[in-house]
Amino acid sequence: MSAVYLVAIGSVAPQLMNWVENAVAEWCPWPVRRLPALTFPEGSFDANRGQYKSTEIMKMVARCTPADAHRILGVTEGDLAIPTLTFVFGQAQLNGQVAVVSLARLRQEFYGLPADETLLRERLVKEVLHELGHTFGLTHCAEAKCVMSLATHVGSVDDKEERYCARCAAQVVRQFTASNGESK
Amino acid sequence: MKKVWPILVVDDEEVMRESMAAWLREDGYRVDTAPNGQAAVELSKGIDYAISFIDLKMPGGMDGIETMMEMRRAHPDASIIIITAYATVDTAIQAMKEGAQEYIVKPCHPQEISMLVSRILKLKKLQSENQILRKKISRSYRHHDIITKNPRMEEILALTKDIASLRSTVLICGESGTGKELIARAIHCSGSRSDKPFVSVSCAALTETLLESELFGHEKGAFTGAEGQTKGKFEIADGGTIFLDEIGDVSAKLQADLLRVLQERRFYRVGGTEEVSVDVRVIAATNKNLADEVKQERFRDDLYYRLNVIEIHIPPLRERREDIPLLAEHFVQRIASELGKDIGGISGDALEVLIEYDWPGNVRELENVIERAIVTSRNGMLVESDFGWLTRQKQTGSNWEMPDVPLSELERRAIIAMLERKRGNVKEAAAALGIDRSTLYDKLKRYEIPH
Repeated sequence: MSAVYLVAIGSVAPQLMNWVENAVAEWCPWPVRRLPALTFPEGSFDANRGQYKSTEIMKMVARCTPADAHRILGVTEGDLAIPTLTFVFGQAQLNGQVAVVSLARLRQEFYGLPADETLLRERLVKEVLHELGHTFGLTHCAEAKCVMSLATHVGSVDDKEERYCARCAAQVVRQFTASNGESK
Repeated sequence: MKKVWPILVVDDEEVMRESMAAWLREDGYRVDTAPNGQAAVELSKGIDYAISFIDLKMPGGMDGIETMMEMRRAHPDASIIIITAYATVDTAIQAMKEGAQEYIVKPCHPQEISMLVSRILKLKKLQSENQILRKKISRSYRHHDIITKNPRMEEILALTKDIASLRSTVLICGESGTGKELIARAIHCSGSRSDKPFVSVSCAALTETLLESELFGHEKGAFTGAEGQTKGKFEIADGGTIFLDEIGDVSAKLQADLLRVLQERRFYRVGGTEEVSVDVRVIAATNKNLADEVKQERFRDDLYYRLNVIEIHIPPLRERREDIPLLAEHFVQRIASELGKDIGGISGDALEVLIEYDWPGNVRELENVIERAIVTSRNGMLVESDFGWLTRQKQTGSNWEMPDVPLSELERRAIIAMLERKRGNVKEAAAALGIDRSTLYDKLKRYEIPH
């Protein structure tokens, strides 16, 4: 049976991967499986910016996608960016299979504050649901509390809730139903 | 449903344009990409992009500014954002001079781009709403929307068409409610100024000082409360038409100021030292007999002659009763549809009542009467009983015991009574009396009625 795959890129603490697995398994009807961690691809680190090129990471994850994958989600401690933007919390293929999430800017330590495990878990779950939502064809939602609303700084991640609004949830459910129909 | 705005991203580096496009697609936009200036220009010929992000440096072809200039040939109002990795003051100045909406240095914070995009799109939305409303307004005031089969009115309509493209001042006379502003708008909308503003000012509604500031604007600190420089109606109407309603009510000082504007097309803002020039067509209106006012020395003769280059006198509704059925049917259709009521028309008996009535408040009163009848009607057709109160009013009029007082005293009492009935609401009292608000204010002032 096809599944949602999770993969760490570089070193990611097992506890964090457990949080991601539990969060995905909670709302997704498909099995959630883990792949062995991948190393950062060569040339993906931009030494001038001290950040990883999100597009290169996405390409690598796409190359490693198992044949039976509904979706694949990469999780990394690396700070991700694209050429035009100073950073991205994550990236996803709209209506595609691949998504990645960065932990770097979800940590309080990044902002010079003491570590906060509860806050980190909440932020990570929100970003995972957000990026996977894009793979289900969802674009940013105008409802501020919906997990699909646009977050351009960590404060706006905190403002959202760990849930899709009714309209976004309905679209995700439709996708589950359609994909189940196809796999039969 | 949310409108999907098309956005174009132009960059020679694939990773740059595709990552930016993907980020914008996640925000719900329809995004096209082009690897060079030529491809961008080709794409923009077919699509009016809401925003185009163009990289400044694209080797081996057109650079960002050349691309922008070329794209502007097809879409002069295109919103273009120039992106560069190497910020210099010179390139930024050049980009803005050539008409770029914004100039951003990559990488930039996601919040900055997000706010920039929503700001531009908000403006686009307002611009497109504005265009739709302008078209709608222009349609509403076309000549064939003025409903008449009265020969005098038809002559007036022919005249308004002939004078539409001239800059000559027009003076429109007629009783309250005869549609002076409608004729003024028809002149404006049929002429070469139709895509420019039509600004209406009711001269009777404001005190002398307020009207002066309203017409000519004021400088910061010109008077207590003048916190910033404000444009007056003459400046706002630049290129278009200013409609000065109730011109017979302006003070002697303002008459002198208006004369100067009409002669020189220049004026000073209140508290200002710099002259402001405008190109404005003036259409004035009054329900007074201005020639009499001149004789009584209440209105300057030189201003009267300046205003009276072309005079249009609109007959009262009682002198064109043949228009009553046409106007009534028109109002029924329009108001019933606005109020969402299913009213098919007016019965013959009801029309008789309307034709018989004298309509002191003219077309505006007819419109109000029809609206009231539609609101209270429970049938699919307006019948005589829907206008019973109108007949009663007339009967009351004929059986009424006339008090032995001058006409002005009767008017004063009627205004006080109506204001009391409408609990001091001037707008409602004016509508019920069949006169416009500015006329009522004028009368309140004249009779020194506190309100």
